[in-house]
Amino acid sequence: MSCAAPDQSGPSLAAPGATVVEGAVLRAGAPVAGAYVRLHDASGEFTAEVVSGPEGTFRFYAAPGRWEVRVLAPGVTGGAPVTAEVGTTRVDVRLD
Amino acid sequence: MARTDVLVPADWAEANLGTPGIVFVEVDEDTAAYDTGHLEGAVKLDWRLDLQDPVRRDFVDRTQFEALLSAKGIANDDTVVLYGGNNNWFAAYAFWYLKLYGHQDVRLIDGGRKKWELDGRPLSAEPVVRPTTTYVAQDQDLSLRAFRDEVVASIGQKNLVDVRSPEEFAGTILGPAHLPQEHAQRGGHVPSAINIPWSRAANDDGTFRSDEELAALYGAAGLDTSRPTIAYCRIGERSSHSWFVLSQLLGQEDVKNYDGSWVEYGSLVGVPVER
Repeated sequence: MSCAAPDQSGPSLAAPGATVVEGAVLRAGAPVAGAYVRLHDASGEFTAEVVSGPEGTFRFYAAPGRWEVRVLAPGVTGGAPVTAEVGTTRVDVRLD
Repeated sequence: MARTDVLVPADWAEANLGTPGIVFVEVDEDTAAYDTGHLEGAVKLDWRLDLQDPVRRDFVDRTQFEALLSAKGIANDDTVVLYGGNNNWFAAYAFWYLKLYGHQDVRLIDGGRKKWELDGRPLSAEPVVRPTTTYVAQDQDLSLRAFRDEVVASIGQKNLVDVRSPEEFAGTILGPAHLPQEHAQRGGHVPSAINIPWSRAANDDGTFRSDEELAALYGAAGLDTSRPTIAYCRIGERSSHSWFVLSQLLGQEDVKNYDGSWVEYGSLVGVPVER
């Protein structure tokens, strides 16, 4: 059993029926690697956190519904709302 | 016990890198993080390869633990200062684990690796080798560790604190949302458990909230401080974080971590489950 977060880069390997929220952290259009990406539910409750991959990418396995992705990087924060559906829902977070 | 006996700020850690008698140890969920950069002089513990039995679902035994700490260059009278990624989940797990085997002086860096990085503090990729020691561990202190039968017997009797997210508690998802959902056989929680997500004990930067905020958090959620407490999550790492808060920061008596947690409980035949 592993608890290590899967590799945050590369293609999504979502199982059938899974609800995946994925995207990239960008600053002036460039990917931001090593940012802390947090998934909060509709009430604002924290659900999970990953570190963005080399291309700024992140991926969460959620459930259908409203979520918010929040990002912390040295000296800057950002966020984006997302409504997830079964399958893959994409959301990018821009820090500028 | 004072908060400063078990929790050190990043400033203190940075000022004490290289101090004899203090060993910094990184424990990560992402076990490759250490290799990309770590606190100067820090050694690495791999929570899976180093701390889990390679065959059974259990911890390494006392002899293996002694060999591990000896090889890492940790002595019985060293101050072990733990830190890691993911808001110190695995560092807190290692804290609990070291206490289980009787290490005296263990501390966490407040905010762990995240705060360290967000502060822009230095990391080193230099390999670290410490002279080996002859570490002597104690038998596991089972007053810190709960097993499944005790959890079932504690339904409605002790505080059962489920520290997972509200979605996991409700059985909507089976694990943290950064992991594929493939773990326990059933979703839900142990009947009578109260849901106090570990994350409410932490600030966004991974530092712990103040003692006053923490006491108010658990009080408002219905924790009965006159009763013993068992914390659980999915595999026992997030509940180590809450165990640390309850037993080490708030000084609550008789707090155990159920490391079998939901992956075990949610797969047991014949036990009650609530959704």
